[in-house]
Amino acid sequence: MRRNASTLSRLSSVLVAGAAAVVCAGAASADGIDNQSFNQVERGHYLAVAGDCAACHTLPGSGHDFSGGRPIETPFGNVIAPNITPDPTTGIGAWTDDEFVNALTKGRGRDGTRLYPAMPYTYYTRLTRDDALAIRAYLNTVPAVHHAVQADRLPFPFDIRAAMALWDMMFFKSGAFQPVAGKSAEWNRGAYLAQGPAHCGMCHTPKNFLGADKTGQALQGYALQGWFAPNITNDRRRGLGSWSVDDIVAYLKTGHNRTGAATGPMSETLNLSTSHMSDGDLKAIAAYLKDAPGQQESAPPAPDQKTMAAGKEIYVDECSGCHTRDGKGIAGIFPALSGSPAVQQTDPTSLLHVVLRGARSAGTATAPTAPAMPAFAWLLNDDQVAAVVTYIRNAWGNAAPPVSGDAVRKTRDDLVERSD
Amino acid sequence: MVQKLPRKDVAIVGLGWTGSILANELTDEGLDVVAIERGPWRDTATDFPISYAQDELRYRLQHELFLRPSQISVTFRNNARQTALPVRNWGAFMLGNGVGGAGIHWNAETWRFLPSDFVLRSHLTQRYGANFLPQDMTIQDWGVTFDDLEPHYDAFEYLCGTSGRAGNLKGAIQEGGNPFEGPRSRAYPTPPQKQGFGHALFAKAAQELGYKPFPQPSGNLSQSYTNPLGVTLGQCTYCGFCEWFGCANYSKASPQTTILPVLTRKSNFEARTECEVTRVNLDRSRKMATGVTYVNGSGEEFEQPADLVILCGFQLFNVQLLLLSGVGTPYDPNTGRGQIGRNFTHQTLSTALGFFDKDKFNFNPFVASGAIGMCIDEFNGDNFDHGPLGFVGGGYLGQVQTNGRPIENMELPPGTPAWGTQWKQALRDNYLSTLNCGAGVHASFYSYRDNYIDLDPTYKDRFGRPLARLTIDFHDNELKMSAWLTDKYAEIVKQMGARQVVEKPRKGPYDVTQYQTSHINGGAIMGDNPGNSALNRYLQSWDVPNLFVQGATAFPQNAGYNPTGTVGALALWSAAAIRSQYLKNPGPLVHA
Repeated sequence: MRRNASTLSRLSSVLVAGAAAVVCAGAASADGIDNQSFNQVERGHYLAVAGDCAACHTLPGSGHDFSGGRPIETPFGNVIAPNITPDPTTGIGAWTDDEFVNALTKGRGRDGTRLYPAMPYTYYTRLTRDDALAIRAYLNTVPAVHHAVQADRLPFPFDIRAAMALWDMMFFKSGAFQPVAGKSAEWNRGAYLAQGPAHCGMCHTPKNFLGADKTGQALQGYALQGWFAPNITNDRRRGLGSWSVDDIVAYLKTGHNRTGAATGPMSETLNLSTSHMSDGDLKAIAAYLKDAPGQQESAPPAPDQKTMAAGKEIYVDECSGCHTRDGKGIAGIFPALSGSPAVQQTDPTSLLHVVLRGARSAGTATAPTAPAMPAFAWLLNDDQVAAVVTYIRNAWGNAAPPVSGDAVRKTRDDLVERSD
Repeated sequence: MVQKLPRKDVAIVGLGWTGSILANELTDEGLDVVAIERGPWRDTATDFPISYAQDELRYRLQHELFLRPSQISVTFRNNARQTALPVRNWGAFMLGNGVGGAGIHWNAETWRFLPSDFVLRSHLTQRYGANFLPQDMTIQDWGVTFDDLEPHYDAFEYLCGTSGRAGNLKGAIQEGGNPFEGPRSRAYPTPPQKQGFGHALFAKAAQELGYKPFPQPSGNLSQSYTNPLGVTLGQCTYCGFCEWFGCANYSKASPQTTILPVLTRKSNFEARTECEVTRVNLDRSRKMATGVTYVNGSGEEFEQPADLVILCGFQLFNVQLLLLSGVGTPYDPNTGRGQIGRNFTHQTLSTALGFFDKDKFNFNPFVASGAIGMCIDEFNGDNFDHGPLGFVGGGYLGQVQTNGRPIENMELPPGTPAWGTQWKQALRDNYLSTLNCGAGVHASFYSYRDNYIDLDPTYKDRFGRPLARLTIDFHDNELKMSAWLTDKYAEIVKQMGARQVVEKPRKGPYDVTQYQTSHINGGAIMGDNPGNSALNRYLQSWDVPNLFVQGATAFPQNAGYNPTGTVGALALWSAAAIRSQYLKNPGPLVHA
């Protein structure tokens, strides 16, 4: 009954917002697009989901979608996401379409101030104007929430917004996506989504010291927020090389596939975004990622045999009950470690995070189980964690740099400061 | 001051197996459901993680997952001539606590009762005559038949992923399965578990004696399985930590591993944990429930109005809540009148220890699961002629040793010193070669006029509510049965090649400190008219039609099997009746 009620309230909010739009601006935008057309709003909704706007612009648990207030962790401090509901004073209800498109695709605030690139305008700039306006049309229909957000929280010198002009000049290449000739329509659709609304590289592309993408290493993985967003190129070991297009689609749709499971921040992305995208679009993204070149393969240093032997003992006692002796896991519930790209990332941050603190895998409508890995920080010391992690990174044909007890200690210290 | 909360469509008391099933079914119907649970939220990775789940001291001896008697207990006596005293440490049965309830700590034996079990009094009377039954035996027909429940047994097994081998597929007897089972509509969802050496040897010996052994149906899964709700379970590792423990690797069927991941995603479901329901509220006519009253962890009292109230607590707490709330009429053993509290039963367990030559037999008893084992059903229910035996009832016999946990598994041949060097040596010599399954003979416990539950006149809980008083003892029928079945069991153990067999038949009086199983039953039983039962065939209260009572509370007597399969089937049967009949036309589903 509550489900019916919430549908009803959404419907009524659409009606109210629609009525407001009629009063304010009339139905047609300057571009001659009917902002109240069902198709336009629906397309905008889909793109807002693909763009995962709600993740940053909704304070979890607030119950007020898009009303802002969520702190977004960056290496320079927290940026607070603003209110993007149609509230005229604290949201974006009074913005013109051009102002909205400028913010989304050029990183400019309403008054021309420069946004921090925690807002992925460096990706959204690839959006077509039509798609940007569709998102606007959708955002006009969500309930307006009066909620003033104090967005500027960065410490000196990052609080000097004007400095962003220099940053934009150095790192920001504005402009809509240009299809690549010679690539299939599917590839181009995937490239548009990945480079544009879905902004995969925002987490998965390495950054320079000023937080800008190292474009030469696109999608090769990046450590942020206590996790390592893994390599999602077609790299054989570290990337998606061992996954088929169908594996990638299943992962993005359900959070799980025959060998892997999503966890950490990707769980949220799955729940709010990719699990709601069409199979066709997920296939397109997969086709694009499968075409992304991997890193130069250089054999990692061979691990110390004593460490491997110690790691194996710990593995058999503590891990094999679920992940099985041969590291193959059990499809749909316990991820495979053998051949797993998550295990063989050059940077072991996520692996250490999962072993030390435990982690719940993504639960979605199509794969609701959401099994969780228990924490081992209380049981295993730094050297023991290092040994077992080094073991799983190099057993069963896996190969990845050994992990030191020191690296474990650093991750352990970092996790103390973090909430789940 | 009681805070009155906004109305819900359904208030469920207790979030174990039946609470989870009912909540899932009724939220599917679009109803707004709240489940109110006395204990904490429980989750695999945080409450019984693989890094310490296998801790015999913590979970088995110190009862980590169970209700604390200091929170609520019961009083006990064998008969009305005695004064009941409060139980201060659980013994004969264990009372689960928290989300998942007994579904967390069970062994996961997932049986169906025999078709004749549901029509027990008519069946026995017809076969042996009315005078064959003891005068004070109060067994009766259930008001529901095996055929009614079959689709729901099937649904529960497919929800759990039960591992087993069919013995009767639509009437066709299947080699290797239980030939005595009622006809099933399809095979078990997963193949039987692997069997250890001791279990396989029992099957061989049973076969040599002319019996038809079959694998025990198990909710510890032989392989990973995704149920119809889309929830995936892992594969059992035979670690031997099932009963008393939570399963650390998602391979034992429980609400957590089969239903809750889906239920907790629903926006029309809410669970309130650490909230203890103190009574069901009735309107002035006492014919309608208006909701429930509960107290949260801070001691604040709330009234939760609801259109439909469903009691899904453990057996005796359902009965206590009915008595405290004034639903129906309390049972009076002197007159036999009144329905709330009568036909309280348990189980009759016995065994025979087998000591084997250590150089020839190594059972590796620690490689096991809670529902591993090979069984025979020749002596269950009325599968054999009771005429010459002078008792009714029976049970399955099996090598169902569930573990080799060291503190519990110290059975030694009679005459061994109780301490010192010789004791240590005997332990070393016997640990691997002793057959020690406490539930080797798992038999019925029929109902009697003087076994019942009422409210204790003296002892109260922290809210000042009287504790439930259990009055129960074994009767000659059960003791005779136990002696006879234990002999039969010992013959098989001897046939396995035991050097020495020590029979341990069940002896009276009923001892509340000695663990048997947690299968206590009855107290608000189902039946075909308000004169013989508290609940109709859909588990609906005859007195208060918007109140349903789930679980083994409804069993008129106990069969020779573990109850959970039947509890699950009854819950699904009851939920189906609510969905297809009650919601369309709220009111009594059976007109008395």
